[in-house]
Amino acid sequence: MGDIWSWERAWDVLPKLLEGLVVTIQATVVGMVIASILGLFIALAMRSPSRWVRIPLKFVVDFIRMTPLLVQLVFVYLLSPPWIPGLAIGCVVLGIHYATYMSEVYRAGIEAVPKGQWEAATALNMAPGRTWRAVILPQAIRNTLPGLGNYAISMFKETPFLFAISVVEMYTAAQQFGAGTFSYIEALTMVGLLFLAVSYPTSLLVRRMETRLA
Amino acid sequence: MTTTPGDVPAIEFQDVVKRFGDNTVLDRLNFSVPQGQRITLIGPSGSGKTTILRLLMTLEELSGGLILIDGDPYTHEYKGEKWVAVPERRRRVVRNRVGMVFQQFNLFPNMSVLENIIESPVHVLKKSKDEAVADAERLLDKVGMSEKRDFKTNELSGGQQQRVAIARALAMDPEILLLDEVTSALDPEIVADVLDVLREIADTTDITMLLVTHEMQFAREVSDRVLMFDKGQIVEEADPETMFTNPSHERTQAFLKAVLGG
Repeated sequence: MGDIWSWERAWDVLPKLLEGLVVTIQATVVGMVIASILGLFIALAMRSPSRWVRIPLKFVVDFIRMTPLLVQLVFVYLLSPPWIPGLAIGCVVLGIHYATYMSEVYRAGIEAVPKGQWEAATALNMAPGRTWRAVILPQAIRNTLPGLGNYAISMFKETPFLFAISVVEMYTAAQQFGAGTFSYIEALTMVGLLFLAVSYPTSLLVRRMETRLA
Repeated sequence: MTTTPGDVPAIEFQDVVKRFGDNTVLDRLNFSVPQGQRITLIGPSGSGKTTILRLLMTLEELSGGLILIDGDPYTHEYKGEKWVAVPERRRRVVRNRVGMVFQQFNLFPNMSVLENIIESPVHVLKKSKDEAVADAERLLDKVGMSEKRDFKTNELSGGQQQRVAIARALAMDPEILLLDEVTSALDPEIVADVLDVLREIADTTDITMLLVTHEMQFAREVSDRVLMFDKGQIVEEADPETMFTNPSHERTQAFLKAVLGG
């Protein structure tokens, strides 16, 4: 298979891909931090008794969920001042996009806390803020850990969209290599394998977490 | 223990109405509990006993009438002719005097036994941590759970969890303690341990207690008065001796015959 696959080319592209992998992981980690924090605030705000908070927020959340991530990335990139680095825009857009999904995970996690926990907090005359911080959220967040892990994997796999806003992550690095050498096979194969090498162990970890927390 | 004169009832229900949708559970209920009295509520399920405890803990909202604690309006009050909810800030002041132990224990699983007990003394009563821990250790000793101080709550049996829950409620130094079927979720062989703890509390404190229980022998030993409920009304009210040996109302007779099995 000498013409199709060259071990030499594969070896040449590897350092570039690993640099790209670092960017990919950076985007995923920063994106997930934003998604986890913002998602929690969305979930809490959706419990607001005021319709003036809930209805507009629901509209924004649905809008973000119902439109493609790729379109959002390009849209925000084009509207942003040119001095903001593409990677920063990418992290924020990924973070906000996934925050709308994470908020559902938090909602389910909060609702899974038994009613008796709220009642015990009332019986102990705990203040509402303290009830949330000391009783409800610690239990709810424990319920959300597997969901958080699954969305982290899913976000990780969607980082190639950052190609569209010229962030040199793993896939873009492979494209650039291919454009220079006219051979894409090695680079893209290795991109796939590298994604798998990170995703698969992570997914096993998440599955273990699921069974341990269940 | 209480700052109000002894002749003001600890608890007073005035024309209390509670509806769930179209279902009226309590219909203009009136009764009062003198300071320090132990009252057992008995009656068939759905008769409104548990609802009374839940109203007293503000776990349910009143549909009408008033509940007074030491003569103070608790959840609702009349402003002139208007019946209005008391703001949460003021409810919290009165709620400090009321504690509750639940059928399902409801310990916080994310905290240790000790943390469960000191949580509210520290954050609500603003005790120092050292003082709260010392009090908690004394209470754990009282309920026979001293060795489990640093255990996670899910490492305890049901009976042990309930004893911790009792210590947790007592740590708030309540004037009124509500006990909602506290032995119903326990295996028969450990019910006695929990009842022993409650008996000791009844003997050594002057806490006003309201019990909903199916443990008739226990009710007979610790209560000063027994109220028989049916369809949200008190159908009979008597001292435990009379109620359990010579009830006058036929509903009570039928109910006791059913639960005592003869």
